Amino acid sequence: MSTAAATSTTARTAASSGRRLPGTIRLGLVRGGVELVQFLRERDSMVFGFAYPIIMLAIFSTVFGDDDPIVSDGVTVGFAQYFLPGMVATGVMLSTYQTLAMSIAVERDDGTLKRLRATPLPATSYFLGKVFLSLVTVLAQTALLLAVAALAFDVPLPQDAAHWITFAWVFVLGTAAGAVCGVAYSSVPRSGRSASAVVVTPLLVLQFTSGVFFPVTQLPGWMLDLSSVFPLKWIAQGMRSVFLPEAFAAAEPAGSWQHGATAAVLAAWLVVALVVGTRTFRWRRHDDG
Amino acid sequence: METTRSSAVRVRGLRKRYGSTRTGFKDAVAGLDLDVARGEIVAVLGPNGAGKTTTVEILEGFRDRDDGDVAVLGEDPRHAGRAWRARIGVVMQDSRDLSELTVLEKVRSTAAAYPGSRDPGEVIAAVGLAEKARARTRGLSGGQRRRLDVALGIVGRPELLFLDEPTTGFDPEARRSFWDLVTGLRDDGTTILLTTHYLDEAAQLADRVVVVRDGVVVAEGTPETLGGPGARTPIVAWDDEGVRRAERTDRPTAAVARLIAAAGPDGEVPGLSVTRPTLEDVYLSLIGETTIDTEEAA
Repeated sequence: MSTAAATSTTARTAASSGRRLPGTIRLGLVRGGVELVQFLRERDSMVFGFAYPIIMLAIFSTVFGDDDPIVSDGVTVGFAQYFLPGMVATGVMLSTYQTLAMSIAVERDDGTLKRLRATPLPATSYFLGKVFLSLVTVLAQTALLLAVAALAFDVPLPQDAAHWITFAWVFVLGTAAGAVCGVAYSSVPRSGRSASAVVVTPLLVLQFTSGVFFPVTQLPGWMLDLSSVFPLKWIAQGMRSVFLPEAFAAAEPAGSWQHGATAAVLAAWLVVALVVGTRTFRWRRHDDG
Repeated sequence: METTRSSAVRVRGLRKRYGSTRTGFKDAVAGLDLDVARGEIVAVLGPNGAGKTTTVEILEGFRDRDDGDVAVLGEDPRHAGRAWRARIGVVMQDSRDLSELTVLEKVRSTAAAYPGSRDPGEVIAAVGLAEKARARTRGLSGGQRRRLDVALGIVGRPELLFLDEPTTGFDPEARRSFWDLVTGLRDDGTTILLTTHYLDEAAQLADRVVVVRDGVVVAEGTPETLGGPGARTPIVAWDDEGVRRAERTDRPTAAVARLIAAAGPDGEVPGLSVTRPTLEDVYLSLIGETTIDTEEAA
């Protein structure tokens, strides 16, 4: 009996080793599909993560409206236009950093990661799936945000290529930096239950100190310096350079848009978080041996 | 390290230590040897904390070991890659990863990672979840969840399957059909390493039983011969002026006759009993939980 079983196993080994393992990119797409289906079915995260910047834009613009125009160097813009760049930047961080950090922390805690580790799925495919979801949501979110701003609140969108090129690189660099920060930060919460508090709170604080809700010139200097370390301030500033008139550069603390510094800070976060993230990533919980 | 072609698992002198200099160290696995031949079902029995799950997780490549030689399908799990993972199947003990995916979506996306996987629909039917195939996994009951774990463990058509307490939370009927499934996998040539708390499960499924206690193997054998020839020797027990006495003997009738002869004029022996140890009794005595206190028969 054991001889027969051993023979058939050997035969099957030969057969299965003849077949190639599925490719990393193809499995990344499978994971991307899984992530997207799960995201669409989790309605609470849809509302709070995805719609948050759009809801905030709608509320603030309705409350303050055109009665509170913002002036810089004699040029006036409506509140919605001033508020839009900050919400685009917030959306980028929500869809990348917050979504990834929380979902990976929860999946580590509930054993999803451990189970995936037991299969031949490459780690790269898992992250490709995560990044795919981040890209889809951040693109849809930003498109919706711009559409609501333009159609409902008459925010003038830039008409020339130069502004959209700035938008593109700030958006891509911000998305990439936010995504790798999310992966790296996912190891910080010690359990799935603490994940939302540990992940959301720093981003919420940064929203207040990075010029997302009100002009950064109202902030004390030390607070501004501290926020300048983190990506959100730079994404918001980059987006202001896209959606606000040139005259508003004078309202920035540095008196200019600082595109070079924006690119440098975001790239630095991208590289540092990538190195830290790949070194600290674990498949198992802290308490699991 | 030498491995033979017919060996699926070969473990020598495995050690794993937990703790820190502050809390003190404890050997969860303390020099364990284990062999599983190809096509064999081996059940690892032992009390909680005996080191079963630690051992299995080292074999699955989840944990590092402190010492010892380990070969699983001819490779060291510490350094094994994707091709090796494609050949093993894992049903873990503590899965609670439920999501908004349906059963079919979950099994199908897992199958995608393997070359030559089983048909997801057939696997779902085999574990008895056919009518739940389109249900969200979040809504499954405990037993259904466990069956999904098994489906995910076997969909890759593993050569070696690890089952860590697979039937915890099953009702008797579900356990029966699970046993049929495992027997079917064995007939397919799958090697299975099973840990369980249930003696009847080990007796039903296993070709060989290994009993682990305090991180070492204390006994192994077929379910029929476990514990050695003496372990199933009948036990004659009686009360002797308020003291419980017991005797292990192959001739219990003669022992009883002797007791009767030695008894008083009415021939009554107080508290007389004759018991034949079951697999459970043998197991309990092996792990030191026995309630039967015996003197060896002369």
